[in-house]
Amino acid sequence: MSWTTVCRLDEILPNAGVAALIDETQVAIFRVDDKVYALANKDPFSNANVLSRGIVGSIQGTLVVASPIYKQHFSLEAGNCLEDDGVSIPCYQARTEGELVQVQVNS
Amino acid sequence: MTDKQRLLIIGNGPVGHQFIESIIESGRGEQFAITVIGEEPRPAYDRVHLTAWFETREAASLNMVKDGFYSDNNITALTHEKVIAIDRAAQIVSTDKGEQYPYDKLILATGSFPFVPPVPGHDRKNCFVYRTIEDLEAITAAAANAKVGAVVGGGLLGLEAAKAIMDLGLKTHVIEFAPRLMAVQVDEGGGALLRRKIEDLGVSVHTQKNTQQIIDGDDCVHKLQFADGAELETDILVFSAGIRPQDALARQCELAVGERGGIVIDNACLTSDPAIYAIGECALWGGRIYGLIAPGWDMARVAADHVLGGVEEKAFTGADMSTKLKLMGVDVASIGDAHATTPDAKCYTFIDEKAEVYKKIVVSSDGQHLLGCVLIGEANDYGTLLQFALNKITLPEQPESMILPSLDGSAGVGLGVDALPDVAQICSCNNVSKGDLCAAVQGGAMTVGDLKACTKAATTCGGCTALVGQVLNAELTKMGVEVNTDLCEHFPYTRQEIFHLVKVGQIKSFAELLEKHGSGHGCEICKPTAASVMASCWNDYILEPKLAGLQDTNDRYLANMQKNGTYSVVPRMAGGEVTPDGLIAVGQVAKKYNLYTKITGGQRVDLFGATLDQLPKIWSELIDAGFESGHAYGKSLRTVKSCVGSTWCRYGVQDSVGKAIDLENRYKGLRSPHKLKMAVSGCTRECAEAQSKDVGVIATEKGWNLYLCGNGGMKPRHADLFASDIDTDTMVKYIDRFLMFYVRTADRLQRTSVWMENLEGGLNYLRKVIIDDSLGICAELEADMANIVDTYQCEWKTTIENPEKVKQFRSFINADKTDKEIVFIQERGQIRPATEAEKIADKDLIAVA
Ligand SMILES: Cc1cc2nc3c(=O)[nH]c(=O)nc-3n(C[C@H](O)[C@H](O)[C@H](O)COP(=O)(O)OP(=O)(O)OC[C@H]3O[C@@H](n4cnc5c(N)ncnc54)[C@H](O)[C@@H]3O)c2cc1C
Ligand code: SF4
Ligand code: SF4
Ligand code: FES
Repeated sequence: MSWTTVCRLDEILPNAGVAALIDETQVAIFRVDDKVYALANKDPFSNANVLSRGIVGSIQGTLVVASPIYKQHFSLEAGNCLEDDGVSIPCYQARTEGELVQVQVNS
Repeated sequence: MTDKQRLLIIGNGPVGHQFIESIIESGRGEQFAITVIGEEPRPAYDRVHLTAWFETREAASLNMVKDGFYSDNNITALTHEKVIAIDRAAQIVSTDKGEQYPYDKLILATGSFPFVPPVPGHDRKNCFVYRTIEDLEAITAAAANAKVGAVVGGGLLGLEAAKAIMDLGLKTHVIEFAPRLMAVQVDEGGGALLRRKIEDLGVSVHTQKNTQQIIDGDDCVHKLQFADGAELETDILVFSAGIRPQDALARQCELAVGERGGIVIDNACLTSDPAIYAIGECALWGGRIYGLIAPGWDMARVAADHVLGGVEEKAFTGADMSTKLKLMGVDVASIGDAHATTPDAKCYTFIDEKAEVYKKIVVSSDGQHLLGCVLIGEANDYGTLLQFALNKITLPEQPESMILPSLDGSAGVGLGVDALPDVAQICSCNNVSKGDLCAAVQGGAMTVGDLKACTKAATTCGGCTALVGQVLNAELTKMGVEVNTDLCEHFPYTRQEIFHLVKVGQIKSFAELLEKHGSGHGCEICKPTAASVMASCWNDYILEPKLAGLQDTNDRYLANMQKNGTYSVVPRMAGGEVTPDGLIAVGQVAKKYNLYTKITGGQRVDLFGATLDQLPKIWSELIDAGFESGHAYGKSLRTVKSCVGSTWCRYGVQDSVGKAIDLENRYKGLRSPHKLKMAVSGCTRECAEAQSKDVGVIATEKGWNLYLCGNGGMKPRHADLFASDIDTDTMVKYIDRFLMFYVRTADRLQRTSVWMENLEGGLNYLRKVIIDDSLGICAELEADMANIVDTYQCEWKTTIENPEKVKQFRSFINADKTDKEIVFIQERGQIRPATEAEKIADKDLIAVA
C-alpha cells in the first residue's frame, strides 16, 4: 500500500472538503483545522458522489460530514453513519506531508 | 314508560347546550331522558362569534353541537318549535305545534331578545336586529340594494353590527343616545379615543341623538328625525339598543320575575319553583342580568350539578363582567370598577395620542390593589391586569408602571405566573383555573394546542391565550422539561439571538462566532444559519474562503443540487420577462451542454443536469448573453412573478411587470431565514397569484394593495391584506421594513407566515411596527436594507472573474475529468438521470456532454 499525493493543503478550504480521483476510486478529502480525513465520496443513500460537498462539523464530539442530499452524518474518522447503525462507508488513511495532502487507498 | 328522570330544556342556545354537555360529561347521561326544544331552525350555534358568519355565510361554521352528539346520547332535539305555555301543576309544557311534553325538571335557557325602542316607524321594512343567523341573512339580502346603513346603539353589539354593515360595503352610521360610545364599559376619555379610531375607519358616529321618528327618506329608504332637530337618511336600520331577558314563559306560569325583567334564581339556579331552573341571559341573579357567555356557562354547570344531586356542590355566586374584545379592529378591554365608583379610588391614566392608545387603571385608596381598568387601542396587558384585580395581588410601588410603556420596547411589568394561586381563573370563558392547566400539563400536555384540546382554555374569546402559554412554560420548566429553543448543540441561542450577537459584536467569520459564543465544530444547521445572518448584516461575497465552507451545498456551488449530484441552473428573468434573444441564448447554452429544460412555477427557465465543472462554463456564457444569477439556490428572494398588467391586458390598471422588475431588482440577493417569493398583479383579477406569496402586490385604481405572509407549498396560506391603496414609495418602504424585520427576528427555516403567526399580536402588531414604527426601529431597518441593495453583486459574475474560485468547481482536485458515474437516459426528447437498474443494464446510457 502506498500514499498518493492528491493536492496541497491550501487547496482545500478550512473545514471543507474536495473530491479526488485515485485510480478509479472517488475519494472525499476533508480538512478540519490542519488535519485531513478521507472517506468514499459516494453517499450510500442516494448513490451520488457528493459527500465531499457536504458541510463538515461535529455531533456530540464526533467529527462528521453531512450528506448534501438527505443530510445523514458520517464520521470522518470511521465512516459509520450516525443515523443508521447498519450503514458505513469506506474510510481511508490520510495525512499531510509538509504542504502536501496524501491518501492511501487499498486496491 | 321509562323510569328515567325527564329533563326538558327550553331554548337551544349556547347556554342550554352547555347544560346538556355538562350532564353528558358527568357520565351519568343515561339516567335521564333529555329533550331540548328550540325556536330557531337549528340547534345551538356560537352566538358570540355570530359576526364570523359573514366570513363563510354558512351556518354550519358556527355550529356548537358535535356530529352525532344527539343520537349518541339519546337526546331528543326539536328545532323550529316554540314553547308557548308551562303548566307547573301538571309539569307539562305546550308548543306552537300543538304538542305537549311532560317534565320532571325543567330548564329555562331562553336567553334574551334585542330591545327595539318603540319610536314611530320602528317596524318599517329594512329595519333589523342583530341576534340570529336569520337576522344576518336578512341584513345581507337588504344590503345588496342599499347604499347607506345605520345602527341605533353604540354599545358593544352595536359597534359589531356597524362593522358588519361597513364590510357589506355600505356607508355606515352609528347613532348613540349617550354622550359616548360603549358607555357601560368605557369612561369618557376612552370613549373619545374609541370614537376617533372608529371614525378613522370611515364610520360616522352621532352621539347624544334621541330618535323621535322614522319616516320615508328623500334619497334613501328611511329618514330618522332626532330630538335636536337633526336628520339622517339611511336605507337599512339595525337596532342594537340593549337586550331584554326572554322571561315571557316565566310570567305566563307566574314564576318570580324581577321588576325590570329576568327570571329570579338562587345560587343553585333554581327559580321560585323547585322543579324549574333558569340559566343564561334569561336569569336574574342578585338583581343582575349577565349579558355575557361566561356567566351563562357557569350557571349551566351549576344547574347541571344540582340536577345530578349536587355532587360537586357548585354554586353560582355572581360573575366577573370584565371583557376584552376587538371592535372594528380596535382592542377594547374593561375590568371591574372601570368608572372608579369605589369611594376614594384613585386613577392613573396614560394617553398616547400618536399611537392612539388609552389606558386607565383604578386603584384602591391605599394604592395596594387594582380595582378596575380601561384599555383602548392596545390591550396586551389585559390578562395580567385581570389577574391582579381578581386575585387581589399587591400592586408594585408605582402602580402606574402597570400601564406605562417601557422605553426600551421590552414588555412592561409582567406578572410572573408563579405569583398566581392555583385557584386563579386563567380562562374565564371556560372556567379554567391555573390548577386545571397545571394538572393538564402534568398529564402530558406539551403545547398550547394540547391545553386547548383537553381543557378548552383559550378556545372562546382567546383573551387568555398569552397567559395560558406562560402557565404552560412555567409548569414545563418546573417539571424539568427544558423548553429548548437553542439553534443546535453548538450554540445555546436562537437564530434571532445569533443575529444580535453577530450584528452587535461585528462578527464576520464563523470561527469568531464559535470561539466567542459556541462550542464544537459547528454543523449543517448552525453554519448555514451563521452564513445567512452574516450575509444579511455584511453582505460579503458568499464564497470568501472563510464563508464558503459554511454554505449549504446549493449556496456553496451557486446552483441547486439534484438527486444524482448534478445541478440545475436558473438565470434571473426579473418579473418573468425575457427577450427573444435572451431566450435563444439560454436555449443555445442548454443545447450545448445537453441540459434538461423546464419552465418553473415562478416564471423562470430551469436547466438541469449540469456537472460541477460545467457550472462556471455555463455561467460565463449566460453572463455574456446578459444574464445574472437567479439566486434559485439561496434562502433568499427567489422570484417576483407578474401578470402582463396594464401595458397589454385590457383589464389592467397598473404596469405590474414594471413594478415586479423593480421589486426583484431591489431585493435580489437578500439572504433570509427561508426562501422568499413575491408577485405583482395588474388588477384585482389577480392572475399572478400574489396572495400566495410572502409579499404580494395587487394594483388598484389608486395605487397598490400590499399583502404579506402568504405561501404555497405543503401548508398553503393566504396572505393578509396589510395596507390598501398605497403609492409606490410607501409600498417599497413597507416592504423594506417588513423584510428586514423578518430577517432579523425569524427562526431558521421559518417562513414569513409562521413567523407572523408566532409574533404576539400577529398582523396588528406587525402593522404597528412597520406602519406606526412602534419600536422606533424603522429608520434602522431601512438603512440596513439600503446597505444590502447598494452592495448587491452577481455572485456568478464575481466567481467567474476569479480563477481561484473557478478552481473550486473542479469535479476532482487532482484530475481534469468529470464523474463518469453520472449518466442519463433520453426521455421525451431530453435527458433524465438514469436509474440504478438502467445503469446496471448499461443500455442507451448517455454520458455528460
Ligand atoms: C353579535 C353578538 C356578539 C356577542 N359577543 C359576545 C362576546 O364577545 N362575549 C360574550 O361573553 N358574549 C357575547 N354575546 C352574548 C352571548 O351571545 C350571549 O350571552 C349568549 O348567547 C347567551 O346564551 P343563552 O343560551 O343564554 O341565550 P341565547 O343565545 O339567546 O339562546 C336562547 C335560545 O332560546 C330560544 N328560545 C327563546 N324562547 C323560546 C321558547 N319559548 N321556546 C323555544 N325556544 C326559545 C331562542 O330562540 C334562542 O335560540 C354576543 C351576542 C351577540 C348577539
Ligand atoms: S391580474 Fe388583471 S391586469 Fe393582470 S393579467 Fe389578470 S386581468 Fe390582466
Ligand atoms: S414537490 Fe416534491 S418532487 Fe416536486 S420539486 Fe418539490 S420536493 Fe421535489
Ligand atoms: S378567557 Fe375567553 S377563551 Fe379564555
